[in-house]
Amino acid sequence: MAIVNASDGDIPGTTIFDGRQSMKGYALNHMCYSFNSAENRAAFLRDEDAYCAKFRLNPAQREAIRKRNVLDMIAAGGNIYYLAKFAGIFGLGVQDVGAQQTGMTVEGFKARLVAAGK
Amino acid sequence: MARIIGGISTSHIPAIGNAIANNLQQDPYWKPFFDGYPPVRKWLDETRPDVAVVIYNDHGLNFFLNKLPTFAIGAAAEYQNADEGWGLKTLPPFPGDPQFSWHLIESLVQDEFDLTICQEMTVDHGFVVPLQLLWGDRKKLPIRTVPLEVNTVQHPLPTPARCYKLGKALGKAIESYPEDIKVVVLGTGGLSHQLDGRRAGFINKKFDLMCMEKIVSDPESLARYSIHDLVENAGTQGPEFIQWLIMRGALTGNVRKVHSNYHIPISNTGAGLLLLENAA
Repeated sequence: MAIVNASDGDIPGTTIFDGRQSMKGYALNHMCYSFNSAENRAAFLRDEDAYCAKFRLNPAQREAIRKRNVLDMIAAGGNIYYLAKFAGIFGLGVQDVGAQQTGMTVEGFKARLVAAGK
Repeated sequence: MARIIGGISTSHIPAIGNAIANNLQQDPYWKPFFDGYPPVRKWLDETRPDVAVVIYNDHGLNFFLNKLPTFAIGAAAEYQNADEGWGLKTLPPFPGDPQFSWHLIESLVQDEFDLTICQEMTVDHGFVVPLQLLWGDRKKLPIRTVPLEVNTVQHPLPTPARCYKLGKALGKAIESYPEDIKVVVLGTGGLSHQLDGRRAGFINKKFDLMCMEKIVSDPESLARYSIHDLVENAGTQGPEFIQWLIMRGALTGNVRKVHSNYHIPISNTGAGLLLLENAA
């Protein structure tokens, strides 16, 4: 069931955040890092286009942000620790993000985690 | 002389901070996790360490990709917690011990571990959650702290072997401090979890339990893993286990396991807890 991305290495469904990814994703991660500040989170919500332009997101990064699509953000060089701060703007946690990436409902994703402990 | 009274390793999942803030310790989801901690807290009440060296990884609060040290150490009188962006309540500052920090820095650099020295350092859930779990309901934290931060964000990450050696140098540094203080070493993070990608939600109970056993009896065997092995077997955030290896390296060769607990899941993570004492 695991589909391998072009950006995946040899571990299925997994992208290692190496130098190549980090160079590619710098602008996106830089913007998400700025969301540590409540003022910046509000500025993004006030004018998303202007905020993304300020951080010079490339078209793939801008589109991934527009679609709120985490797998696309990772393909565009995003690192999950910074992307989590973007998700936080919408009150979403790592389990919401996990559900989106695996195409599951949040309840289904949580149930799978519980099952891993059995 | 300073003395290491023991080592504690614990997961540092941010959801724990929220559970504490909302008093969910007795909630059925949380109870099997929180029930692991009273024996460790009792041990801390009896042994009363003066300082905790807290080994953790920053998750994009104090450090960004513009300047990202592999190892960093705090040398501040206090460490501020701050907004991480997703709603964890900010806590009051944590007291440091700059004189002890500078001793550790002198000794570690002499031993060829060239850490980044931070006289200002904000600390995130990786540092804060373990202190809450171990000393949380105290009005005033009864210990001073030294944060030792490890890069687990940007690959290449330091190898498990390197981290284990750093732990050994840390142990030597602590025990050469001339003041009569008692030190506890905390290794935080892990165990298996993967937050990102199509494999998000990956947890490996068998591997986690093996790591919890071997870190007591045969840490060298774990130090032989590569970071790639840890990602494959424990998920993209599984390499946080290197912080447990630093803790273990700081103890003597032989240790006694005083207490342990393991529970799946807390958020997306296999949550582990270990309390080790140096064996004579």
